[in-house]
Amino acid sequence: MARNPQLNKNGELQHLLTTEGLPRDVITRILDTAEPFAGVAEREVKKVPLLRGKSVFNLFFENSTRTRTTFEIAAKRLSADVINLNIATSSTNKGETLLDTVDNLAAMQADMFVVRHASSGAPYLIAQHLEATGRDHIHVVNAGDGRHAHPTQGLLDMYTIRHYKRDFTQLSVAIVGDILHSRVARSQIHALTTLGVPDLRAIAPKTLLPHDIERLGCRVYNDMREGLRGVDVVMMLRLQNERMQGSLLPSAQEYFKFFGLTEDKLAVAKPDAIVLHPGPMNRGVEIDSAVADGRQAVILPQVTFGIAVRMAVMAMLAGGNA
Amino acid sequence: MKIHIKGGRLIDPAQDIDAPTDVYIAAGKVVALGTAPDGFHANRVIDASGLVVAPGLIDLCARLREPGLEYRATLESEVAAAVAGGVTSLACPPDTDPVLDEPGLVEMLKHRARMLNLAHVYPHGALTAGLKGERLTEMGELHDAGCIAFSQANVPVADTQVLFRAMQYAATFGYTVWLQPTDMHLAAGGVAHEGEVAARLGLTGIPVLAETLAIGQMLQLARATGCKLHLARISSRAGLMLIDQARLDGMQVSCDVAIHALHLCDVDIGYFDPQCRTVPPLRAQFDREALRAALADGRIDALCSDHTPVDDDAKQVPFAEAEPGTTGLELLLPLTLAWAREMRLPLKVALARITADAARVLGLNAGHLRVGGAADVCIFDPEAPVRISRESLRSQGKNTPYLGRELPGRVSATLVSGQVVYEAPVRH
Repeated sequence: MARNPQLNKNGELQHLLTTEGLPRDVITRILDTAEPFAGVAEREVKKVPLLRGKSVFNLFFENSTRTRTTFEIAAKRLSADVINLNIATSSTNKGETLLDTVDNLAAMQADMFVVRHASSGAPYLIAQHLEATGRDHIHVVNAGDGRHAHPTQGLLDMYTIRHYKRDFTQLSVAIVGDILHSRVARSQIHALTTLGVPDLRAIAPKTLLPHDIERLGCRVYNDMREGLRGVDVVMMLRLQNERMQGSLLPSAQEYFKFFGLTEDKLAVAKPDAIVLHPGPMNRGVEIDSAVADGRQAVILPQVTFGIAVRMAVMAMLAGGNA
Repeated sequence: MKIHIKGGRLIDPAQDIDAPTDVYIAAGKVVALGTAPDGFHANRVIDASGLVVAPGLIDLCARLREPGLEYRATLESEVAAAVAGGVTSLACPPDTDPVLDEPGLVEMLKHRARMLNLAHVYPHGALTAGLKGERLTEMGELHDAGCIAFSQANVPVADTQVLFRAMQYAATFGYTVWLQPTDMHLAAGGVAHEGEVAARLGLTGIPVLAETLAIGQMLQLARATGCKLHLARISSRAGLMLIDQARLDGMQVSCDVAIHALHLCDVDIGYFDPQCRTVPPLRAQFDREALRAALADGRIDALCSDHTPVDDDAKQVPFAEAEPGTTGLELLLPLTLAWAREMRLPLKVALARITADAARVLGLNAGHLRVGGAADVCIFDPEAPVRISRESLRSQGKNTPYLGRELPGRVSATLVSGQVVYEAPVRH
């Protein structure tokens, strides 16, 4: 089997493709590196020159204004040149192949690709292709691939949890919602288990849980109240509207009744439990507004920390290990 | 042309032979084993000392991509690959473009194969027109044109009534129906075995249930219609258990397994290796162990390469978008030998699965070297390693996870109907 493509021959971070298999000290170093960047936003001049002269290509094969924007801001605060490409793909719109696109952009002296793609593994294909063609000076950051991974989201969630809770080895954490389709959930699970969270719970109806999810290191709960009992952290997931059509769920109303986070359900968690959500939220579907806007929610700080974490990742990859 | 294959170790499972035995060939047939017939003067002597002389291999499932998919492979390239791999007879599924559902297409394919005069090609006719699962094909006409069985290739039939009637109709003439058991609804959108690997990689899973439900349905349909059923490319232990049970209940059913499924499992997908995308998917490790054991003890009748040449462009895409399939004709012998070695099986038993047993499944008088039979022969060195590379593969399909790997089993020469159709290049 091939070598883990996100680490180079010396075991250092070459690309950021997943949180799975990312050594604990690398995760910690990313979070530590992000700390001072969180302060950059407070300054008069919100820029540091770590990536001056570098070109970052935001390569979005799947639309996402929010994630693309946060990567753009992060790159610009590091003084990089940012080029945004939205290449919406569909089966009817078969033009250039993915690797042809990559070759063309690489020829434009790219230093980093930030890739979002609807297919799991697409950033691996790009990273493997760059390595096979001797262009390993170009770094790849996975900004979300299919159901597989969204590592910067997972890392910013770790940053947020560490900010409020400090010690991962004492925590009970619940991940709630559509885990089957969620790349965010997978990135959270791998990061949380690596950081030593002893009690990790997955809460969802059976139709929204991947087969063998327990093997990833979480305990499964189908009853939300039971699953939330005594937890320190509640990580909500977005439920996409299209899941309501078809045979996964009967209706948004029923989903909210049994798996939506309300103040009432949150009351069984620890009193100082925090609530995270990767956004954008569906109020009244997976989360009640009273919770989303309540004192336990840390959803907006997540967004702010997200920029710092993305700056840290980019700086570590392309800025000579800042 | 008279040929004397001299000094080799003859292994012919059909005759239960594994002994140093010379083979004498004249007019395309085996004329004697051991001692030359009176007055036999060979035009050519093939020195097989240190080599195994076996019946030519029979592949139950090899896609030649003709008609219609010539950018992937051609009859020329693929039968050349077959004989380079020691394969002298192969059955090809009907999933060409257009589908093999018209007698004219089958006649053309047979004719082209005959003109090439390399391996014997046995087409499977489509069970339903266009493989659409709606209308029956002219099975009688297709049979007369040269189809030896009827199949849906990898396309499940959604409508149970159509499948029921197709099997009834095939049973009318005594034709065998080949089905790859997959419940199309449970497998919808799936690209990998539903299990831990798919969960981690975020790939849509195909549950084992998709196979077992389909096997259950097909066995019952076969029982109700009296149709001869062959289940193609079993992938799971649970599926095997259903077949075992049906046989205990007195049912006649045959089945095969794809060679890659004996060696690989879902873990081999690694970091999204599109070469490990197959239909049915590579399943869990314990499924693989069950398949290996069942093939060894004969509960799985035979082995196939499931040869599917795919062009690079269709593989250099994200896993779920990649065209499934692996190139297999030239890997059939090496991977069979690797399996035999790992299972500590006698060569005679291992070779049976790709000679005599495969012939029995196909209903062919082939896969043996009896006196009077066709001289289809594979001569090989079971110990010599071969390095699988893009250059070493004659098939137009270079799609295999074994690129760069070394496997045992170097074909030295292949004979079809007494003609030498392949000889290994002399090594320096």
